[in-house]
Amino acid sequence: MVQSYALSGQKELNKSMNTELRKNITWVGYIDWTVRDFHGYTAERGTTYNAYLIQDDKTALVDTVKAPFGHRLLQNISNLTSLNSIDYVVCNHAEPDHAGALPEIMAALPNATLVLDQKCMDALSEHGDMSGWRTKIVKTGDTVTLGNRTLRFIETPMVHWPESMFTLVPEEKLLFSMDAFGQHYASTQRFADEISLGTVMNETRAYYANILMPYGKQIAKVLKQMDTIDIEMIAPSHGLIWRTHIAELLEAYGNWAAHQPKRKILVIYDTMWESTGEMARAILEGASLNDVDAQLIHVRSSNLTHIATESLEAAAIAFGSSTLNNGMMPMAAAVMTYLKGLRPQGKAGFSFGSFGWGRGGPEAVHDFMESMKWEMLREPLKSKYRPSSEILDECRNAGRMLAEKAKEMA
Amino acid sequence: MKKYICNVCEWVYDPEVGLPEEGIEPGTPFEDLPDDFVCPECGVGKDEFSPEE
Repeated sequence: MVQSYALSGQKELNKSMNTELRKNITWVGYIDWTVRDFHGYTAERGTTYNAYLIQDDKTALVDTVKAPFGHRLLQNISNLTSLNSIDYVVCNHAEPDHAGALPEIMAALPNATLVLDQKCMDALSEHGDMSGWRTKIVKTGDTVTLGNRTLRFIETPMVHWPESMFTLVPEEKLLFSMDAFGQHYASTQRFADEISLGTVMNETRAYYANILMPYGKQIAKVLKQMDTIDIEMIAPSHGLIWRTHIAELLEAYGNWAAHQPKRKILVIYDTMWESTGEMARAILEGASLNDVDAQLIHVRSSNLTHIATESLEAAAIAFGSSTLNNGMMPMAAAVMTYLKGLRPQGKAGFSFGSFGWGRGGPEAVHDFMESMKWEMLREPLKSKYRPSSEILDECRNAGRMLAEKAKEMA
Repeated sequence: MKKYICNVCEWVYDPEVGLPEEGIEPGTPFEDLPDDFVCPECGVGKDEFSPEE
């Protein structure tokens, strides 16, 4: 017997939460208001795990949610239809925030076939036991007919994992884009045009910077494919659904994928006794030209998510660390390691920082920047103990050079 | 010389082009790549590559 998930008292409330995208295409996901640390991503507004139910002659569920929220998804479905009526579950992405609830969902949907690409099959089979699941392997161009509507699949490897896939409903010009175009943003609204465009674009930029930045080449390829498809609505697997500003969204993604810089510089630093901090402020002073966005970021007052987000569009970055135990400070190293993995490209910069007797802080930063193939604008700018007025002048000059470089680049 | 495709991310190694930014000269066959060669896009090793059809 199939368990009943619809709670009578909550039925009306839940119905109002299940937003329709198109007739009989309904959001049935879960709003996670409380998550803040999303595998290290600082999600200040929480997030959503979006799942969508398409009811036609056949019924399909597109994506699921993070465990342990599967019962919430089943409850949302139960408010619309019987769990017995689900014919297909599409898995666009094997990552646990979208597929974590799959075991619970597949157990609760007795007539469902899981639709996925081969790499998703490989990945899921290494996450857990799939025995007893009916599966259908699809590849780019394959379709599943639901009645008046069709599901068409587009494999999008490395946007964001090898198995990642888009699902298109061509009749509705509706694209289920999985992680692409998403944001970590919990809200009672489901559509991007229901909140301010600035807010949603900022969250989209943060998500791109922290999740998709390494995959610019693959994203550019996907954007090219999207050029040939008529799309009126983009429904990602996190955050808000796009039904306006799609051209702007695609343009922003195109610029990010191409690592297109803006007239923007960052002075990022960590400091022990404020010598490197003083140098950072002098660099910022020199870099404060009218038409350049210059920001000062103290590593331990900020977080990795924010630093990666701001780095995305920065043309040039000065990065400072005091010398600690003959190397850079540990949180500066964390930022460098994180940035290196995200592979920001085409940037210019230099390192700076103080030391006492040994050496190593600014030098280690310099080596890291070089290993990312950034254009190094100068040798490490160093100060023994406290920076003298000559060193601070040199910092101002270096800051000015950084800002001039950003103007030259963008 | 055969091109090889990464099974994970579908990046293609073209021996005619090599990978100069990683010090691999144009004209280096896939078989001659060092054992520690990794896909420049997704980071997997040589064993995750197949000859391109």
